[in-house]
Amino acid sequence: MRSNVKQNGAGLGTKRTLLVLVVSAVYLVHQDFWNWTRVEPLLFGFLPVGLWYHALYSLLASALMWVLVKFAWPKSLGEIKRKPPESDVR
Amino acid sequence: MIPGIIVLVYLAVVAYIGIFASRRGKPSSEDYFVASRSLSQYVFLLALFGTNMTAFAILGSSGVAYHRGIGVFGLMASSSALVIPLTLFFIGTRLWAIGKKFGHMTQVQFFRDRWECSAIGTVIFALTIVMFVPYIIIGVMGGGQTLEAVSATIGPDGEPRAFFSYEMGGALVALVIMSYVFLGGMRGTAWVNAFQTSLFLSFGAAAFFMISRNLGGLDEVIAKLAAEPKTAPLLTRQRIPVEEFLSYTLIPLSSIMFPHMAIMCFTAERVTHFKKTVVLYPICMTLLWLPCVFLGVVAASQFPGLRPGESDDVLLRLLTANTNVWLAGILGAGIMACVMAADSQILAMSTMFTEDVFAHYGGRERFGQQTEVWTGRAFVVGVTVVAYLIALQLKDKASIFELAIRFAFSGFAAMAPVMTAALFWRRSNKWGALAATLWVAATMFGSWYLYSATQEIAPEPGQPFVQIFPALGNLFQRSSTNVLVHGYLPVLPMCLGSALWMIVVSLLTPPPKSATIERYFPT
Repeated sequence: MRSNVKQNGAGLGTKRTLLVLVVSAVYLVHQDFWNWTRVEPLLFGFLPVGLWYHALYSLLASALMWVLVKFAWPKSLGEIKRKPPESDVR
Repeated sequence: MIPGIIVLVYLAVVAYIGIFASRRGKPSSEDYFVASRSLSQYVFLLALFGTNMTAFAILGSSGVAYHRGIGVFGLMASSSALVIPLTLFFIGTRLWAIGKKFGHMTQVQFFRDRWECSAIGTVIFALTIVMFVPYIIIGVMGGGQTLEAVSATIGPDGEPRAFFSYEMGGALVALVIMSYVFLGGMRGTAWVNAFQTSLFLSFGAAAFFMISRNLGGLDEVIAKLAAEPKTAPLLTRQRIPVEEFLSYTLIPLSSIMFPHMAIMCFTAERVTHFKKTVVLYPICMTLLWLPCVFLGVVAASQFPGLRPGESDDVLLRLLTANTNVWLAGILGAGIMACVMAADSQILAMSTMFTEDVFAHYGGRERFGQQTEVWTGRAFVVGVTVVAYLIALQLKDKASIFELAIRFAFSGFAAMAPVMTAALFWRRSNKWGALAATLWVAATMFGSWYLYSATQEIAPEPGQPFVQIFPALGNLFQRSSTNVLVHGYLPVLPMCLGSALWMIVVSLLTPPPKSATIERYFPT
């Protein structure tokens, strides 16, 4: 039983580390210094690389959010019930 | 005349939607200010996105791209496409949950309860209002300016004539906004925002195709820009320094700290509504910003030589020059949809005054919820009228408010560590929050002062940065548009300092009561 709990904890830790790495990687590829002074290749003959790269980047951000929703959604928040505040700081 | 009439019809539809929403209302403050936390999935997504997109997203982004090139998309749009959904995922969902659990409707209510201190809420309230007011004024000004520009036609003498003057247009837009916010509250505002978002998302793409078809091939326009040494840098990021590009990714942290965005997070019926919202948000950003930035660059070949400020209406110029009057009117209505973001800001201001001042100091208990709602409505009228009067008096001083908004964005972004600590760090306390808030206020006004004091030594665009204090080397520099700290935007040290003050001062002072920690972090 205890080893199962340990394994689950280790699994959660690995998943969290992986997700942090993925988010960091997506953040880093936003800084595309290699495209700074380039115009080509043009997409559809008119979109400069600095523009279509970041349009694709936005789609990557959307995919990242899908991954977070799938693997890191805070399920406990769905069970919240209304309760009046206990303290009065007035 | 025709575009003016189309925009009038659009305003009537918007007013009807907002007023119709009021029929669904219940006589409670929670219903008026956060729509009884009952917004459906797609209304929530569209309203949240529309709330965050102001006149700047359409008109301003094209104007900036006209001078700085295609890099504006990466600088402002794709960074927001990552950072804003992340803040909604991590902060927005938690805000929704604590709102649902404890009945909070504003950030200040949460801060006061979380840190067991009324005063810390009052300090954050004061700073928030100072940073937020210019945003509302510029929203009302934008309504007048855009309606004037959209309704302008070329007269027989070749001079442009506006169907609506700035004063009349501003009054009309303010009146329409005031009526549906007054009657419909959050539900009316959210429905109108959802309608407006659908409109400007579809018309942005339509404008792009119409203009590009009329120009006879965008590849030729791009080739022309690339061949000209003056305009060739617009197709690259040569006019955006690497340090600015990097530090600008912190600016979208401001989004969740803006009161109208945070309050909008309380309105979803279920927390699962955030799932599709965070996935689709980056796509909506691309649909709106990509055509606007690209057309801003295209405008550099069509209308060369415009100065900053003159270039804010390049999109309207492109529309007028490349479409017929009917289409220009319909697309103008789409632009009006974006400009009219002042509605949720006015409602947020009213919510804050009513909840954080009126209700907090005993007004709700003494006078009841109906009076509370009417107080909120009175604030809507008051704020709109005052904003309109300021917009009239300071018509030619819009740049002051635009400047204030730029610094406010850094200020709101630097408050994000305070919110993060409140939600995720048990040990954080009111003293840490106070230290971080004072740091944000001091650095924001300090950078504003440095900016104003160095106007005369500011270099021309494209020229090397100037040292502000030569004895300190490159620590403080002045570019044509910003004060820089070691080449980075002030938002970088502001955010780092805010986080550091929060951590250090919280650790040096007593933790919150265990009962409070248990309420917010149940074991």
